[in-house]
Amino acid sequence: MTSPLIQLVDVKKSFGAHQVLTGVNLSIHKGEILAVIGKSGTGKSVLLKHIIGLIHQDSGEILIQGKPLHKMSEKKSFLFREELSYMFQENALFDSMNVFENIGLPLAERSQYTKFIIEEKVKTRMEQLGLGPIGEKFPAQLSGGMRKRVALARALVTDPKVVLFDEPTTGLDPVRKKKVHSMIEEYQKQFGFTAVIVSHDIPEIFDVAQHIAMLDEGKIIFEGSKDDILDAHNDTVNAFIRGDEIGNSSYTDKYQPEDKYE
Amino acid sequence: MLDNLILGNLCFTDKSYIKRLMGTKYIEKIGGSTLSATESIGRIVLFFISGVVSIFVRPFQFDKVLDHTWFIGAKSLFVIVLTGLFTGMVLGLQGYYTLVTFGSEAALGSAVSLTIIRELGPVLCAIMITARAGSAMAAEIGVMRISEQIDALKTMQIDPIRFLFSPRIVAALISFPLLTAIFDVVGIFGGYLTGSLMMGINKSVYMDKVISSVQTVDIAGGFFKSFVFAIVVTTICCYRGYYTHLTTEKGYGAKGVSMATTNSVVQSCIFILIVDYIITYFLV
Repeated sequence: MTSPLIQLVDVKKSFGAHQVLTGVNLSIHKGEILAVIGKSGTGKSVLLKHIIGLIHQDSGEILIQGKPLHKMSEKKSFLFREELSYMFQENALFDSMNVFENIGLPLAERSQYTKFIIEEKVKTRMEQLGLGPIGEKFPAQLSGGMRKRVALARALVTDPKVVLFDEPTTGLDPVRKKKVHSMIEEYQKQFGFTAVIVSHDIPEIFDVAQHIAMLDEGKIIFEGSKDDILDAHNDTVNAFIRGDEIGNSSYTDKYQPEDKYE
Repeated sequence: MLDNLILGNLCFTDKSYIKRLMGTKYIEKIGGSTLSATESIGRIVLFFISGVVSIFVRPFQFDKVLDHTWFIGAKSLFVIVLTGLFTGMVLGLQGYYTLVTFGSEAALGSAVSLTIIRELGPVLCAIMITARAGSAMAAEIGVMRISEQIDALKTMQIDPIRFLFSPRIVAALISFPLLTAIFDVVGIFGGYLTGSLMMGINKSVYMDKVISSVQTVDIAGGFFKSFVFAIVVTTICCYRGYYTHLTTEKGYGAKGVSMATTNSVVQSCIFILIVDYIITYFLV
């Protein structure tokens, strides 16, 4: 197996007295879709924010192709982060800018593209994501689903090599959810980026991700494929997938379809 | 409540211990506040330096500077004209009734023009811009902070201080002196309206006194003040908005933004008056 593109080694993070990450070890390989699942409040978003550099770990290391990120020169670290993109859970669209300006901002600010090229790139992304003629509208004038798609367009407009999705389907109806998932899958195949998705969409996310990791109490307690997770001999993992508290007998355990006919 | 509990438990045993405990608590509080204030001063200085240095980082943000100049400068024009006019008119009235008792009402032009150009113009202008544009800066940046828009900028490798603060400080440095100049002219005209048109002081005498008493050094002093106020107001308001999440004790979200906005206006006004005194002390 090739060396991981990004590797988190024993990453720990506390906010005051509350320890959120208690030693995360996780490998992200080039070109894969990794889904990070886990209960709310277990630190999934905090984990993503460590990778993008919004939060810095108290201890442990983040390795980029085997090299510690904190030991990289400022220029190298900047170049690495320029290839990352982040889609926020609440979209984080700039409410004083229209849709077109929102999507084009990363290009306009960090590159030396001409206005014409920026316009072309933004239009292409808008068409690909089915955004239609809403370029002049402001985020507040859009539906939740539309806002999600604008955020997705903004995340993909720079052709990033790694895209971090923080619950990209929160607040979407099942049809839109499916569409966003298939879009991520489709674009990942088309552009070959590495994707890390924090998600609660169980089991739908299993069809999108090639690699699944479960975070619980600040640690990765499971890593594997869709088949591995469905066959996992881990009470916490099984209970989470079933939507149960650990220790409770699940609904599916109690209710077997055959019972109905006996 | 904690004090009551401690008192309740220990009242039969050691009252001097309680006194010592409370003394330690006060020392802790003072120490904590001192540390927090020192941190804040350090943070605001770094914020300011980073913003000023970023002004000179290419590509220059001309479009944003123009936008903010429009917002801080052009959109404040009406308020400034109105404030300037009525300040001048009140000065004209008050000045006339004071001077007439000494038979020196002819000096009204000098009194109005020097008061406005040296003091009231820069100070009132800065306070009015703080109320109109400074509060908006703090609120806008504060909302961007709590809705993760500032984090979004960071993920795009855009320096938020350069993006949000630098163009505003340049725009303020352009707008404040221009608005002060307008305030001065309108204020002197206000004094003329009440002094000459209402109270009957000779128009030529009023204007002659204005022209003869105002020196270049008065105008330069007024402009110098307005430059300093531009820096003070923009730095405090942008800083308060930018660090909304750190400066709120009991409120986050909407309440946090409202507290940051209020603090930015109050602190800006206080600092305008303090800085005005310091500059005046050195200028006179």
